[in-house]
Amino acid sequence: MKILVAVKRVIDYNVQIRVKEDGSGVVTDNVKMSTNPPDDNAIEEAVKIKEAGKASEIIAVTVGEEKAQETVRKALAVGADRGIHVKVDSILEPLAVSKILKKIVEKENPDLVFMGKQAIDDDCNQTGQMLAAHLNWPQATFASKIEVKENSLEVTREVDEGLETIEVNTPAIVTCDLRLNEPRYASLPNIMKAKKKPIEQINASDLGVDTNPRIEHIKIEEPPKRKAGIKVASVEELVQKLKNEAKVI
Amino acid sequence: MSVLLIAEHNNKEVKSFTLNAITAASQIDQDLHVLLIGHNADDVAKSLSEVPLVKKVLHMDNEIYENYIAENYTSAILKHVDKYSHIVCSANTFGKNLMPRIAALLDISQVSDIIKVIAPDTFLRPIYAGNAFATVKSNDDKKCITIRPTSFEAAETTGGSAEIEKVDAADKTEKTKFVNREEIKSDRPELGTARIVISGGRGLQSGENFKLITDVADKLNAAIGASRAAVDAGYITNEHQVGQTGKVVVPDLYIAVGISGAIQHLAGMKESKVIVAINKDGEAPIFSVADYGLEADLFEALPQFLEELNKLNTIQK
Ligand SMILES: Cc1cc2nc3c(=O)[nH]c(=O)nc-3n(C[C@H](O)[C@H](O)[C@H](O)COP(=O)(O)OP(=O)(O)OC[C@H]3O[C@@H](n4cnc5c(N)ncnc54)[C@H](O)[C@@H]3O)c2cc1C
Ligand SMILES: Nc1ncnc2c1ncn2[C@@H]1O[C@H](COP(=O)(O)O)[C@@H](O)[C@H]1O
Repeated sequence: MKILVAVKRVIDYNVQIRVKEDGSGVVTDNVKMSTNPPDDNAIEEAVKIKEAGKASEIIAVTVGEEKAQETVRKALAVGADRGIHVKVDSILEPLAVSKILKKIVEKENPDLVFMGKQAIDDDCNQTGQMLAAHLNWPQATFASKIEVKENSLEVTREVDEGLETIEVNTPAIVTCDLRLNEPRYASLPNIMKAKKKPIEQINASDLGVDTNPRIEHIKIEEPPKRKAGIKVASVEELVQKLKNEAKVI
Repeated sequence: MSVLLIAEHNNKEVKSFTLNAITAASQIDQDLHVLLIGHNADDVAKSLSEVPLVKKVLHMDNEIYENYIAENYTSAILKHVDKYSHIVCSANTFGKNLMPRIAALLDISQVSDIIKVIAPDTFLRPIYAGNAFATVKSNDDKKCITIRPTSFEAAETTGGSAEIEKVDAADKTEKTKFVNREEIKSDRPELGTARIVISGGRGLQSGENFKLITDVADKLNAAIGASRAAVDAGYITNEHQVGQTGKVVVPDLYIAVGISGAIQHLAGMKESKVIVAINKDGEAPIFSVADYGLEADLFEALPQFLEELNKLNTIQK
């Protein structure tokens, strides 16, 4: 079984986001970048399945600028076998990314595609479902547990009401939640070994997909700030304030 | 222009977030139709038809829609989208799972999680866990939109009398099977719509200690929330998580106890009207968004809080 994992390079989750004054976007110069957190869970799950002898190959794919390769390199360091970097210079919408990933799936014929449930930059939560639609494959989104069966997966999904379990036939798309597993750190020897693993580079423009943006970003601004509050000295004071000042209890 | 909204329900009742989405959808265009896909859900159809903002209910009834499966819903919805300029639903796990599948098949770039309708093609949406707001304009002919329910009031549920039109079902997928759903039943208000939410974090130290939170919640008729750290540690189940990757809540009162206030947590609660933080670390970032901060050990503060509440003659419910 072959597993393709899609990983995106994003601003690190610990970075305090700053909005550019001209309203054109957020500051990315000299800002720490990392793999989108749930994409680490996606890689980890693929590696665990391979370690359990149920997968033969893991391919990590990213769509992005030159430096996005770092994200693939990191996936290789924790257990992916080879990488694909689809090079684009502009930021693509999930629709365009899903069309590119479809081309990669058609080329590689994986049995499973693992992705993150949501990118923490655009917070779109679309790409996996869109890829599943293009391929007419079943989708198991927000996975917190995956059980590999003969020709299917049993996936536990985190939903508003609690947990839902579905069974999807393979090939399938799974989008991963952060609670799926505990991503491992790359060891130094594995980081060295990863440098020798191959990364194929493809130009997005050679794939023949329409990547033109459909959505215009008119303005990016800072959200309204909350006005500073006060510290109360005691529980008694807190309850009085809630009752008489804020009038919420 | 007219808008097609996909209703979320459990075949007995409309889910409350659908009512918030209805308000947003009617701001896009008044000609709002609701598509109800389900099985034996006549009561739901009737209650939707009584929502004054709804102009028509399309009701698709078939046993294949007993459980919600995105693949089946998608083929059902695609049969009916032609006449509509906008396809919308709520941006909770229901809509997030469903809408991109529809959008991709219509070759539309979806606008996710809008918090404001600026014009029928222009919307405000949070990005980077709410650390920036983007004004976006969709240039697709047809638009697929998901709506952050807590940013819109719930629609009125009585007084309307929209026509209910029965429509045909679509094909069933053989590739996905529903196995089961573990719904945690509770008498408490729903987290997404509660007037008061009290949330516990890692500071609670154990699942047993969450009783301190539950006791106060009982007193205030509050819903219970949690940080991801508390859910990951197994103190409480996942559906309580508030934040970027959990639920977004906008209650009148949000009480954060033993929660440091990571940006991913703030993303889910910082629009609350009044925020209280109880934390023993005076430097905790949660205090920067709190209207009332109490620097104290929660194991002392929570029992005292309950005691003080007990002294009050009246408590708003
Ligand atoms: C991609 C991504 C998505 C995420 N999504 C979410 C999300 O949706 N929701 C979410 O909550 N987090 C999310 N997180 C995690 C987030 O970054 C934080 O790790 C998490 O919110 C921390 O939870 P906490 O505040 O309970 O724990 P901690 O940060 O450990 O804070 C515990 C607090 O309790 C206080 N405390 C301890 N003991 C006591 C005591 N006796 N009395 C009073 N105070 C005490 C401490 O001073 C401390 O401030 C996400 C992270 C990532 C990377
Ligand atoms: N540019 C990209 N390259 C590779 N994978 C991506 C890219 N964009 C999105 N993805 C995948 O799709 C998931 C969801 O992203 P999004 O739909 O943007 O929230 C991410 O967690 C990734 O697994």
